[in-house]
Amino acid sequence: MDDLLREYFPILVFLVIAGGLALVIISASFVLARQRPDSEKLSPYECGFDPFEDARIRFDVRYYLVAILFIIFDLEVAFLFPWAVSLGDIGVYGFWSMVVFLAVLTVGFGYEWMKGALEWE
Amino acid sequence: MASGFWGGYALPTAIVVGEVIAVVVPLLIAIAYFTYAERKVLAFSQLRKGPNVVGPFGLLQPIADGVKLFLKETVVPSGANRIVFVAAPMVTFTLALVAWAVIPFDYGIVIANINVGILYLFAISSLSVYGIIMAGWASNSRYAFLGALRSAAQMVSYEVSIGFVLVTVLLCAGSLNLTDIVMAQQHIWFCIPLLPMFVIFFVSGLAETNRAPFDLPEGESELVAGYFVEYSAMTFALFFLGEYGNMILVSAMTTILFLGGWLAPFGVVPFTWVPGPVWLALKVAFVCFCFLWVRATFPRFRYDQLMRLGWKVFLPFSLLWLVLTAGVLTGMGWVPVR
Repeated sequence: MDDLLREYFPILVFLVIAGGLALVIISASFVLARQRPDSEKLSPYECGFDPFEDARIRFDVRYYLVAILFIIFDLEVAFLFPWAVSLGDIGVYGFWSMVVFLAVLTVGFGYEWMKGALEWE
Repeated sequence: MASGFWGGYALPTAIVVGEVIAVVVPLLIAIAYFTYAERKVLAFSQLRKGPNVVGPFGLLQPIADGVKLFLKETVVPSGANRIVFVAAPMVTFTLALVAWAVIPFDYGIVIANINVGILYLFAISSLSVYGIIMAGWASNSRYAFLGALRSAAQMVSYEVSIGFVLVTVLLCAGSLNLTDIVMAQQHIWFCIPLLPMFVIFFVSGLAETNRAPFDLPEGESELVAGYFVEYSAMTFALFFLGEYGNMILVSAMTTILFLGGWLAPFGVVPFTWVPGPVWLALKVAFVCFCFLWVRATFPRFRYDQLMRLGWKVFLPFSLLWLVLTAGVLTGMGWVPVR
C-alpha cells in the first residue's frame, strides 16, 4: 500500500498542478482582459449569415462504425499487454493460444473489410 | 507527532511539487519555442525569413504571442454549453502535461517510476480525444462539430496501430516500465530490429496529434480551423499549448521506445561524457524537427486515404509484425525473462 502510494502520489500532484495551472491561466485572462461581448460577436461562426438551426446535426453513421471497430481492436490490444509481458513464462503454449485468439479476430476483421465497413468514398 | 507529519507527508509532498514544477516550467518554455521553431523551419524551407522582428532573431516572438492572447477577450458563443466549452481546453492542456509524469530523463530521474508506464501513456493519449469531442460538441457550430468528429475518428483509428506497436516493443523489452525499456536498448536501439514498427509509430504519431499531412480536422480550406474555430484568447492558447505539448510528448515516446532514450548512440568515450538528459533532449528535438520537416514537405491527405491507410495498411501490417516478432522471440528462445 505504501509503495503504491509512493509511486502514484506524484501523478496525483502533477494532475492537480496541471489542472490548477489551466484554471488559473483561463480565469486570469478572463479577469484581466477587457470583456465587451455583443450579440454579433457571440453568434457561432458562419459565412456571414446567422446560422439557420442547431449545429448538432445528424452525421454520417460511419463515424459510429469506426468507434465500434475501435472498441473491438482496443480491447484486443488490452488483452495483448499482459500476454506480451508474461510471454517468457507462458512460452510456446501461450504464444499459440494468442495466435488462435488473433486468428478469430482476423476472421472478423476480414468480414468487416469484405462488407465494406472500412470504405470511405 | 508534528515531526512525523513534517517528515512523513509535508516534506515528500514539497519535494514532489518541486519536481513537478521542475518538469512543467521547462516543458512550457519548450512548447513556446517549438511554435517559434515551427515558424522558422517552415519559413526557411520556403525561402522566407520567418519571425525576425521581436527580439534578436525574433526570439521573443512566442512571448509576444502569449501576452497578446492573454489580453484578448474570451468569447463564449451564445449557443454554446458554457461549462463544457471552457472545460475542453483545460482537459486537453492538463492531459498533455500529466503524461510527462512517467517520462524518464535519465536513469532514475523520473517523477513517477510506475511499473505500468507505457500503459499510462497509452491511456492518457486515448483520453485526449475527450478534449476535442467536448470542444466540438459544446461550441454548437457546424465547423467545430464536423472537425471534432473527423478528429476523433482519426485519432481512434491510429490509436489501434499505436497499441500494436507498443505491444511489439514491450515483447522485446519484457517490461512495461519505461526505464526498463530504455535499458533493454543498451546493445541495440529498437529502431533497427523493429524498423517497420518505428515508421508506423512515427506516422501514427503524426495522425494522432492531427499534424500535417493528416491535419484534416483543422483543414483550413474546408473547416476553417476545425474543432477550435470558436475559441479565442487563453482558451485557444491552451488548445495550442496542449497540441504542441502532445507533439513533444509523442517525440519523447518515439525516443524512449525506439531511439534509446537517454543512452548515447555509441557506448564509447566522447559520447558517454555527454549527460543522458542532453542526449534525450537532442533526440526529442530531432524527432520534433522531423514533424516540421514532414509538414513542410507533404501535401494534405484526403479523408478516405487517411482512413484507408490507418485501417487497411497499418492495422493488418502491425498485427502481422507483432505475431511475427512474438513467433521469432519464442522460437529462438529470446523472450526476455524478468
